Amino acid sequence: MLSLTNVWVEYGEKVVLERITLDIAEGAFVSVIGPSGAGKSSLLRVILGQDQPSRGRITLDGQPLPAECGPDRGVVFQRYSVFPHLTVLGNTMLGLELASAPFTARLFGSARREARAQAEEMLAAVGLADSLNLYPSEMSGGMQQRLAIAQALIKRPRILLLDEPFGALDPGIRADMHALITRLWREFGLTIVMVTHDIKEAFALGTRVLTLDKRRHDPHAPQRYGAGVIYDIALTRKAEAERSATLETPA
Amino acid sequence: MRWVNRTIGRGQALLLGGLPLAVLAVGYIVAAAARHAENPADKILPLPGAMASAMAALLFEADPLSGQLLFWADTLASLTRLGMGLGIATLSALLVGLVLGALPPVRATFGPLVTAIAVIPPIALLPILFIVFGLGETAKVALIVIGIAPFMIRDLAGHITALPREQVVKALTLGASSWQLLLRVALPQAMPRLIEGLRLSLGPAWVFLISAEAIAADVGLGYRIFLVRRYLAMDVIIPYVVWIALLAVAMDFALTRTSRLAFGWAHKGGH
Repeated sequence: MLSLTNVWVEYGEKVVLERITLDIAEGAFVSVIGPSGAGKSSLLRVILGQDQPSRGRITLDGQPLPAECGPDRGVVFQRYSVFPHLTVLGNTMLGLELASAPFTARLFGSARREARAQAEEMLAAVGLADSLNLYPSEMSGGMQQRLAIAQALIKRPRILLLDEPFGALDPGIRADMHALITRLWREFGLTIVMVTHDIKEAFALGTRVLTLDKRRHDPHAPQRYGAGVIYDIALTRKAEAERSATLETPA
Repeated sequence: MRWVNRTIGRGQALLLGGLPLAVLAVGYIVAAAARHAENPADKILPLPGAMASAMAALLFEADPLSGQLLFWADTLASLTRLGMGLGIATLSALLVGLVLGALPPVRATFGPLVTAIAVIPPIALLPILFIVFGLGETAKVALIVIGIAPFMIRDLAGHITALPREQVVKALTLGASSWQLLLRVALPQAMPRLIEGLRLSLGPAWVFLISAEAIAADVGLGYRIFLVRRYLAMDVIIPYVVWIALLAVAMDFALTRTSRLAFGWAHKGGH
C-alpha cells in the first residue's frame, strides 16, 4: 500500500537516511526501532509529508505522495498532539468540521449534532466518554494520548503514524495504551507505523519490526553516511495467529 | 521556614500589599503637616483638605469659560483618545500579528518593516504626526497606535510562530487549509496573548497619551496637569495622578478578568 523506493533524506552535508526501500502492506503494524539519531523520526516525517526526501519516491496506493501533510495520513506525536484551546469533544470534532465547512470551519444545527454523535462514538472507543468537556490541561498524559488517537482516527486515515506515542507515560498507563491501540488496530483495520525506542513495545505490538541504523560509519565524518534498514523482521507467527483470530470471530 | 517556601494567604496578602501604600500615604501627610507647620501657605505638599477643596471645584462646579465640569470633561477626553488608540492598536495587532506569525511568506515580506517601525522612538514621530494630522484628536490617537502597535504585533507574531510545530502538522493531517488553520488554531490561541500584550501596553499607552496632551490639547487629564503646573497647583496634580493610577489599575483588572472568563483554558493549571 505504502511504498518507498530508494529514499534518501539529507540536510545539506548530513545524510540522515540512505537507500530506504520498503513496502508496507495494508493492515500491517510496523514498529520502527533504532538508536537515537538513526533517523526514526525522519522516516516518519517523510512518510507524513512534513519533510521531503532528497531522493527517491514514496507512493501511497500507487499515487506519489503530495508534498505536504494531508488527511490521508493521521499522526500522534509524543506531545503537543491535541489543541489546548479545545475541549475533548472540540478536539475530536475539529477534523469533521474542517472537512465540511471550508470557510467557517464550524458546523451548526443538524450537521453539528451528527458530527458530535460521531465524535462521541469515537471517544467512547478510546475510553474518554466521561471526559467530553475537559480541556487537555485538565487531563493526564495518558488521557491526552487517547484523545490524540481519537482525533486522528475520526478522519479514517489510510495510515496512522505514531511518533513515540507512549514514551512519556508511566508503565501502568503504557500497558493500558498498548491494549487500546491493539484493539483499535484490529477493530478499524488500521495500517500503523510506530516509532519507538522501547524494543519490548516494538515486538509486543508490531506485526513487523524495522531496525534503523548506520551500515557504515566514518569516525572523521560521522554525518557522511546515513542510516538504513538493517533488520526487517516479519513477525509471521503473530500475523498468522492474528488472521485466524479474526477469521474465527467475524465482525 | 525559608522565605522561598512561605505561602501567603488571601487576607494576609491584602494586609501586606496595603501596608506600603498606607506607609506612603501617612509619610506624605506627616511631611505635608511638617511643611505647613513651618509655612501655612506651602503649595508643594498640599494637605488632603486643600486637595479636596481644589478637586471639588473641578468635579462639581462648571468652568465659567467653557461651562463644563472640567474633571469629567478631562477624563472623558483622555479615555476616548486612549480607548481609540488601544482599540486600533489591538485590532491591527490581531490582524497583522496573526498572518505574520502563521504565514511564512508574509513574515518574510513584512517582518523587517514591522521591526524597522518598532525601533523608532514614537515620540520622535510626534512632530510628523502633528504636521500630517494637525493638532486635533487624530494625531494623539495616532501617537498611541504607533507607540504600542508594533510591540503588540511582534509579541503576538512571536507567540504564534512559537506554537509547537506538532500542532500545525496535526491540523494539516486533519485536513486544514491555511485559512482554517488561522481561524481555528492560531486565532483562538492568539486571543489570551493579545489581551496580555494589551495589558503590558497600557503603561506605554498612557505615557504617549499624556505626552501628546501635554504638547497640544485643550482638554484632557495630561493637558490639565501640565496647565496647572504653571501655578504650582500640586493640590490638583496629585489627585489627577492618583486618578490616572486608579483608571490604569481598573483597566488592568478588567483585562485580566476578561481573559480568565473568556479564555479559561489558557489559565487552567497543567499537570
